[in-house]
Amino acid sequence: MSQKTANSPAAADPSHTEAPQAGAEVLLRALKDQGVEVIFGYPGGAVLPIYDAIFNQNAIRHVLVRHEQAAVHAAEGYARSTGKVGVVLVTSGPGATNAVTGLLDALMDSVPLVCLTGQVPTHLIGNDAFQEADTTGITRPATKHNYLVKRADDLARVVHDAFYVARSGRPGPVVIDLPKDILIGKAPYVAPPTGAHRSYRPQTQPDAGQIARAVALLKSAKRPVIYTGGGVINAGPEAAEALVAFVRKTGFPCTSTLMGLGAYPSNDPQFLGMLGMHGTYEANLVMHGCDVMLNVGARFDDRVTGRLNAFSPDSRKIHIDIDPSSINKNVPVEVPVVADAGLALRALLAAWDADATVPDRPALSEWWKQIDAWRGIECLRFTQDMAKGAIIRPQHAIQRLYDITREGGRETFITTEVGQHQMWAAQYFRFDRPNHWMTSGGLGTMGYGLPAAMGVQIAHPDALVIDIAGEASILMNIQEMATLAQYRLPVKLFILNNQYMGMVRQWQELLHGGRYSESYSAALPDFVKLADAFHGKGLRAESVDQLDDVIREMLATDGPVIADIAVDPKENCFPMIPSGAAHNEMILGAEHGGNLRDGGAASLTDEGLVLV
Amino acid sequence: MPSPLDTTQRSATISVLVDNEAGVLARVIGLFSGRGYNIDSLTVAPVADGGNLSRINVVTSGTEMVIEQIKAQLDRLVPVHRVADLTLEGPHIAREMALIKVAGVDNDRAEALRLADAFRARVVDATTESFVFEMTGSTEKLDAFVELMRPLGLAEVSRTGVAAMARGTRSI
Ligand SMILES: Cc1ncc(C[n+]2csc(CCOP(=O)(O)OP(=O)(O)O)c2C)c(N)n1
Ligand SMILES: [Mg+2]
Repeated sequence: MSQKTANSPAAADPSHTEAPQAGAEVLLRALKDQGVEVIFGYPGGAVLPIYDAIFNQNAIRHVLVRHEQAAVHAAEGYARSTGKVGVVLVTSGPGATNAVTGLLDALMDSVPLVCLTGQVPTHLIGNDAFQEADTTGITRPATKHNYLVKRADDLARVVHDAFYVARSGRPGPVVIDLPKDILIGKAPYVAPPTGAHRSYRPQTQPDAGQIARAVALLKSAKRPVIYTGGGVINAGPEAAEALVAFVRKTGFPCTSTLMGLGAYPSNDPQFLGMLGMHGTYEANLVMHGCDVMLNVGARFDDRVTGRLNAFSPDSRKIHIDIDPSSINKNVPVEVPVVADAGLALRALLAAWDADATVPDRPALSEWWKQIDAWRGIECLRFTQDMAKGAIIRPQHAIQRLYDITREGGRETFITTEVGQHQMWAAQYFRFDRPNHWMTSGGLGTMGYGLPAAMGVQIAHPDALVIDIAGEASILMNIQEMATLAQYRLPVKLFILNNQYMGMVRQWQELLHGGRYSESYSAALPDFVKLADAFHGKGLRAESVDQLDDVIREMLATDGPVIADIAVDPKENCFPMIPSGAAHNEMILGAEHGGNLRDGGAASLTDEGLVLV
Repeated sequence: MPSPLDTTQRSATISVLVDNEAGVLARVIGLFSGRGYNIDSLTVAPVADGGNLSRINVVTSGTEMVIEQIKAQLDRLVPVHRVADLTLEGPHIAREMALIKVAGVDNDRAEALRLADAFRARVVDATTESFVFEMTGSTEKLDAFVELMRPLGLAEVSRTGVAAMARGTRSI
């Protein structure tokens, strides 16, 4: 970034006893003390004092997005790829309301963020002043916590508190609403506190008794499974290492939620692939048939459990979660462990060695035989017609994208939008490290992938960052192409263009009698020209013979690229457990004779129809 | 481990110690409405630490699994210091106060006064055609008294909601 004037108040490092500064300066100083390097933001009247303070310093970089929702997703991408707290700055009123979708997205997926929102001056609050919104009211259910700073004395303390809350326990987004008079008036600075928080002190160390019970249960297992989620990613790379060590030590099969992909290497033989609605046949049948389940940092989400009263009926369950409210919420468990996933896994490793009981190896090898039989179905198998001019199957496009990026050997981060392409990315791209896969799981926010990729690329300027997108989703934040251009961020948009809101079309085909109501993406833009208009490069593959060349050219291009990949519009994403069905009522693809579920058709019940 | 198959409803009196700051009540109420939990009664007032801590008493009902959820959800709110399920933790006292206005003449009036006496309700306002009774007691006792007043000219009721704490030396 360009060098700015160095004689600013924030550039010098004043001692702790200097005269009070303007609120905006105090704010920036607190951010700096919290280790903030980047802010994703968009200016407006209420936050002009902050922008003034930003102008006068160069310790913190500001990235100007084109829509406040994108600022939040960018901060999410930044946070999830680095493990740091992402920071957002938006103005009052519409700036704050535009940010709400991103905040809820971060809440559902446990992403640590601090979002600074401008507010009208304190004396006008409640007056329906210009660009006033009840931001703390609106964001209360969309954040982990929020603050309205009404006194200058509270400003610095609140900023430090917000960062602590955002990153501690189960991470999440925190809003600080900042009235303009607080930003302009003088405020005292206080350093980050060193003592314990007065009320919020989440438990991170597991209870030794529960760990011992967990190990006893695991050692008694004949048909065990380890089911992991985003909590392992959030607990840091050491947690993923501990997971790998524990899975290898036990010899147990391991499956992961959408959010947990990358914690355990996808190519490892003990990995069963993703579980849940579009999970693999083997992962879901293992979940259904297991006798002991160890859940690490996942939350028994409805995309994973399917019909609750049919979920893993014969298993005794252990649940490790840092959030006590996630335990016994949907599924009752026998051994609850409230702890950080990494600390709990390390405790399990130690306790496993300390416990003299020998696991039931013969039963385990029987279990693996059964698993291999399920694997033999090859539920993700597909055939791509390789004839010149043949239409590209979306699975093949992802498969080739994976193979070719792997050949290149560059560090690769994948983000996605929401829909079929997201599920195909989860199924066919393989991850062997945590923090390299960013997708909107809990909220399922179309428009997430491009801004998230932007945030990832800011944090990892030399890495390869690809947004695997759908042609409908990408239009929800396409304006961010301008941000890519401005900051020369070489993000690649890999669009699986099936001309449909494919996931909607699929549900309409399977559940609504093929009435494709409003799911066709009519009047699509020419994505090649669109890339051009935004100073990027546009590429298109219309048939299978063009695919590899397009991927290679995309990867070889320095700047931002849109690769528009025309794929089969009729393709559906399988396996699929329809809403309200059980894990053993999976629908497989046409390659496997269609509705294969222990030989019969999956039951699409009326009860299931009301579910999302 | 609470079972989802257990559909038995129970009532729970939960006390929550919170920072006395703007919005804390909205957080608690928003949690109940947002997640579809019942609030049968709710009281809040500063109680300790020079007015920096408030106590919220909430009476709710649900299955064991739902009540466990309510407590866990309350406990993870940032300004919450402590959550106590008084119903579960042992014997406790729960009291509320009510003001009950009865407008009547002749026999009804005399009967209202007699019943008030039997229930140890105090007369805190009187005109020739009305009484306002003040009464403290359990929710059930107040309910019973209000029902008795209904045919005798019950005009208005104002209740505080439940204040509660554990018996004995134990404190929140
Ligand atoms: C903001 C938002 N609006 C609506 C939806 C519902 N929805 C889920 S997937 C989908 C279609 C996505 O289409 P596309 O991006 O082309 O992806 P495809 O499924 O075709 O791969 C829609 C509309 C959503 N998830 N998010
Ligand atoms: Mg599409």
